[in-house]
Amino acid sequence: MIMLQGKGVSKGVANGPLYFFQRPDTTISDTPAADIEAEKARIAAAQKKAIDQLNALADKAREDTGDETAILFETHAMFVEDEDYVDCMMNTLTERGCLAEKAVELAGEEFAAMLAAMDDPYMQGRAADIKDVTRRILNNLMGIAEGGIDSEVPVILAADDLAPSETLQLDKSKILGFITQGGSSNSHTAILARTMGIPAICGLGEALKADQSGREIYIDGETGQVAIDPDKITLSSFQTKMEKQREMKELMETMKGQGDVTMDGREMMVYCNIGSPADVSAVLSNDGQGIGLFRSEFLYLASSDYPTEEEQFQAYKEVAAAMGGKRVVIRTLDIGADKQVDYFQLHKEENPALGVRAIRICLNRPEVFRTQLRALYRASAYGKVAIMFPMITSVWEVKECKRACQKVMAELDREGVPYRQDTEIGVMIETPASVLVAEELAKEVDFFSVGTNDLTQYTLACDRQANDLGKFFDPHHPAVLRALKLAADAAHKAGIWIGICGELGADLTLLETFLAIGIDELSVSPSAVLPLRAKIRKSIAKTCTLEKLEC
Amino acid sequence: MKQFTYTITDPIGVHARPAGMLAKAAKALDSTVTIAKADGKSAAATKLMALMGMGIKNGETVTVTVEGGNEEANAAAMEQFFKENL
Repeated sequence: MIMLQGKGVSKGVANGPLYFFQRPDTTISDTPAADIEAEKARIAAAQKKAIDQLNALADKAREDTGDETAILFETHAMFVEDEDYVDCMMNTLTERGCLAEKAVELAGEEFAAMLAAMDDPYMQGRAADIKDVTRRILNNLMGIAEGGIDSEVPVILAADDLAPSETLQLDKSKILGFITQGGSSNSHTAILARTMGIPAICGLGEALKADQSGREIYIDGETGQVAIDPDKITLSSFQTKMEKQREMKELMETMKGQGDVTMDGREMMVYCNIGSPADVSAVLSNDGQGIGLFRSEFLYLASSDYPTEEEQFQAYKEVAAAMGGKRVVIRTLDIGADKQVDYFQLHKEENPALGVRAIRICLNRPEVFRTQLRALYRASAYGKVAIMFPMITSVWEVKECKRACQKVMAELDREGVPYRQDTEIGVMIETPASVLVAEELAKEVDFFSVGTNDLTQYTLACDRQANDLGKFFDPHHPAVLRALKLAADAAHKAGIWIGICGELGADLTLLETFLAIGIDELSVSPSAVLPLRAKIRKSIAKTCTLEKLEC
Repeated sequence: MKQFTYTITDPIGVHARPAGMLAKAAKALDSTVTIAKADGKSAAATKLMALMGMGIKNGETVTVTVEGGNEEANAAAMEQFFKENL
């Protein structure tokens, strides 16, 4: 038995085989091929495999999610079969005398460019489909497992640390839990684990080794304990915990369909944080009342070029429609700082958290902003979309954002495209400056949402990515809680609502403080909804005090 | 050779899904089916990407030509397909 100790960043107990994440080598060389006929045969085999995979995916989708997704996979299969596309690969191979990988890559680029150059936004959007099928053929050629996990059974995924773009591509159905060498409770792996409702442990360091792959492992996301090939005593203690977890889950099931209301009748809106349309099913199965934070970054991180208006529109529309009229707060892009995207070509900064990020990028690049706002407003016709701007420090920024919104609405009016004129606009409260000018900000917008991770980072001057700040990074610090109170008072004075969409929202030890401050909405990971509901229903708002604010 | 014209009523025009279905349907026939637009652009109905590349929009009229094999029955099948899907 090997015992490891890390930091638990997402609760829960799980066991399964350990699988060490392999970062695939995706470089394609342009060296001459020794045998052109052999390369042609490799393309044909990879193509056939892609068709089989896509048809299998279509069959599975038809059973699980219905026709819409199935048709997408079937269309992709038809792309792979397209004569011109395959001819183009084979001709490139013969003319260039290159390897199969290069020929496939070039053919994919040619067809994607053809569609991207069309004057129709729908067709431009299909360039992404061509890139997707090309990637699939390439993966087959290079032996890269789809979803990054080459295992038949679900695993405990181990890694040094995972980049946001890597976590997006993982096949979530094969992951029982995460363990990483580095990372912190605010890292993307931790956030993903909490959304999925599975355990995660970070900061295991060098003791976690790649050669432990395949061994039976037990993890406890609360205590941060990891046991590889556990002995009898350890095993039985883990099994007891798993049994308790099952019972707790059954108990939480009884919370479904209940209201988020305290014993003395104070209502709280309990919403969810999501990172992609795929997370909506977790929101619905956990009975979230709405979506308080839909991070739009996934569109930018998962893409190798600026996502088109059409691609964005489809994603926002899908979520708005799936939530059936419940509020969906979509945050405009929050790139920069710890989330870097190559094609934005941002300058390297000494202090990226204090640099050109989020709304600053949008206001500097009106075209990027306009594309996203158009997609958001178009999606507003399909549900109850609310737009939220991140990293606000000044009133003029909000005014400029609103002008950009008005321009977009005027464009859509002219084009006769439907949208909702009463789409709510809100700002993130995550800088000390926004707290101090909250009264003025509140007059401009329909709601506030506090990003506690960044608010803590900027208020306490503690880097949220650093994992050695320990006791100095304290989200319960009275300064952070008093900032919340200031923002809440300003919001209520202007008659608007205020929510919390940072990790702190799910902190049950602070619920009474939030009730005393008068927070109207808590947006948490889907898996945190039912435990939060259980606690709200046992609370009495009137008796809650501000003692944690120490004033 | 059999020919007919058809005006597209699908709001997004000949998009990926019906183009894919058309390619599949055309492949199953023993005739060569060609789609042509008023501006002279044309493509074999079996070629999905070429069809999409034509950028046929809602309200545009296309000419469908069926040559070889059982032209009569195949043209009728194609016309039926356009009415149902496009």
